[in-house]
Amino acid sequence: MANKITYAKAINEAMVQAMEMDKSVICYGLGVDDPKGIFGTTLGLKEKFGPERVFDMPTAENAMTGVAIGASLNGIRPVMTHQRLDFFLLAMDQLVNNAAKWHYMFGGKLSIPITIRLLVGRGWGQGPTHSQSFQSWFAHIPGLKVVMPATAADAKGLLLSSIFDNNPVIFIEHRWLHNLVGEVPEGDFRIPIGKAHKLKTGDDITIISLSYMTIEALRAVELLGKQGISCDLIDLRSIAPIDWNMVMSSVKKTGKLLALDTGFGSFSVASEIIARVSMECFSSLKQAPVRIALPDCPTPTSPALAKNYYKRAEDIVNTTRKMLGFSVLPHEESDINRNVPMDIPDKTFTGPF
Amino acid sequence: MKENTQILIELLQKMKRIRAVEETIASRYSEWKMRCPTHLCSGQEAVAAAVGQVLRKDDFAVSSHRAHGHYLAKGGDLNRMIAEIYGKSDGCSSGKGGSMHLIDTSVGFMGSTAIVGGTIPVGVGLALSIKLKKTNQVSCVFFGDGSIEEGVFYESVNFAVLKNLPVLFICENNFYSVYSPLKVRQPENRAIYKMVSGIGCRSEHGDGNNVVDVYDKVNTAVVSIRDGGGPMFFEFKTYRWREHCGHNFDNDLGYRTQEEYLSWKEKDPISAMESYMFKEKYITQNEIDEMQSEIQKEIEKAFEFAEKSPFPNLESALTDIYA
Repeated sequence: MANKITYAKAINEAMVQAMEMDKSVICYGLGVDDPKGIFGTTLGLKEKFGPERVFDMPTAENAMTGVAIGASLNGIRPVMTHQRLDFFLLAMDQLVNNAAKWHYMFGGKLSIPITIRLLVGRGWGQGPTHSQSFQSWFAHIPGLKVVMPATAADAKGLLLSSIFDNNPVIFIEHRWLHNLVGEVPEGDFRIPIGKAHKLKTGDDITIISLSYMTIEALRAVELLGKQGISCDLIDLRSIAPIDWNMVMSSVKKTGKLLALDTGFGSFSVASEIIARVSMECFSSLKQAPVRIALPDCPTPTSPALAKNYYKRAEDIVNTTRKMLGFSVLPHEESDINRNVPMDIPDKTFTGPF
Repeated sequence: MKENTQILIELLQKMKRIRAVEETIASRYSEWKMRCPTHLCSGQEAVAAAVGQVLRKDDFAVSSHRAHGHYLAKGGDLNRMIAEIYGKSDGCSSGKGGSMHLIDTSVGFMGSTAIVGGTIPVGVGLALSIKLKKTNQVSCVFFGDGSIEEGVFYESVNFAVLKNLPVLFICENNFYSVYSPLKVRQPENRAIYKMVSGIGCRSEHGDGNNVVDVYDKVNTAVVSIRDGGGPMFFEFKTYRWREHCGHNFDNDLGYRTQEEYLSWKEKDPISAMESYMFKEKYITQNEIDEMQSEIQKEIEKAFEFAEKSPFPNLESALTDIYA
């Protein structure tokens, strides 16, 4: 059985499922039991599982990460939530020096089964400190797993896999995905960490995507299809480990690579994809790979300054066309999002941001 | 406690054993077979021994870079600790941690790490797990005066107080963070334990070179923590004899005076305890000599064990990244 529910509800379902299955699962973070329940993702948990297992916390990101680590050493599976990824930067010490290292530096004696949910903001003037996508920072650290589900089903399936994984997992949710509706299987439904998802099959070009950029890519690929251009669209889902088999076999087939990212371009996941493909599949490439990511500057707040900052389906359409030797389309033909202002995900979106 | 001869003897034995281990490491360090940063705790044995004596085997403890004493006093395996410092496969962390990263889960020693203050929240998290599992264990966190300057300390104590967690915070104030004296790091009139009391944590201080005093205070506190009394913080003043990292003495550097060092050496916790026990006839000179000789034999065996243990395979550098 599957239900049509939002991405946010899918996360809520995964939390309920996990906490019902295993008493050692606990959930905390600033605002997990407040009236908004982290954009609806933690609503009802405290009522169902009690204040010992579901609780608000001091504004102490670093120590509370260490607390999760300590609790996990004695068999607890903490799920910690941050309303914006940017706040979690205060916890990089505990994440990098302790969570990521513990299993290795003590010779495999203990492991750290914690899940850190991080929300990435975008639009509505989120600006420099409320919108950063640092998946490449986390993926750079050996010992961490990093997942970025793009669909409601993947959100549920990957959250359940993250919670029951015996390693620290960084679970990154894009705020613009929370309202998207999709078919989500009921019950204990899991998506394996490390497996990408081929969303569209085509021969002309390989598009590698992640998180919210997958939604823009789906729109772009649909339009490109109408123009006779067929794309392999791979949603990575897991950033660490990455499903290199799927990436390489697609590039070997198409010979062309476009890598999308929600983060800053330099030193990004897209950069790593291009580097690895260039090193291991160079002879298959028919032309230089291209990436679409954010410019290397802090996110501006004013709508006037942010106008061209975020990349949308139109950029994917025209970059793909250029790579395949076609002309750039006129704006009115390529701008799939043209009826929606650039600072909200869709017309149904009413906040809160 | 003073009438319990058995405990007094065990305290003395624990301190002498830690001292002898540290001094053996110091004397053999220049063979360059122990190839990792090593922070010796000679001079600071009393706190480790007393706290280790109070804690049960199933209680938890975590510590920082200067952890040999805490690990041994909690019951950590000596052979495996020495092998770890040698980087051998029988080391307690399979050669991947070294002196700064010790673990022995069989006695509740859950890890020590090298970033100042890094294990304080981990100890608090262990205490949270104790509360969730409703056992009467205690989680002990060892750290130094430098940790008091880290934000994570305040975040952790706040949470422990907020949730009334069974944590024993043990601050060994040895006045130095590497070569930086306390006076360049904290206001001169501050008493650390009083400041912590301001956060709402029960807090006390004591002479970190007086093992009986430390034992009595911590013992009373741990009874109350087990009883649901919530976290307790101790500041014990003590002194590091050797250099911050390594096997030498470093008074020639000029960051501390020879006079200061000698005045603390006179407060040697082991000599003080020995004289006291000797005077009160809790122990004879023969028994002391025998104790020392047993310890020395055990340490010789531990070094032999470490020397004989093989190095890990090169391939194992790439294992244990994920569980």
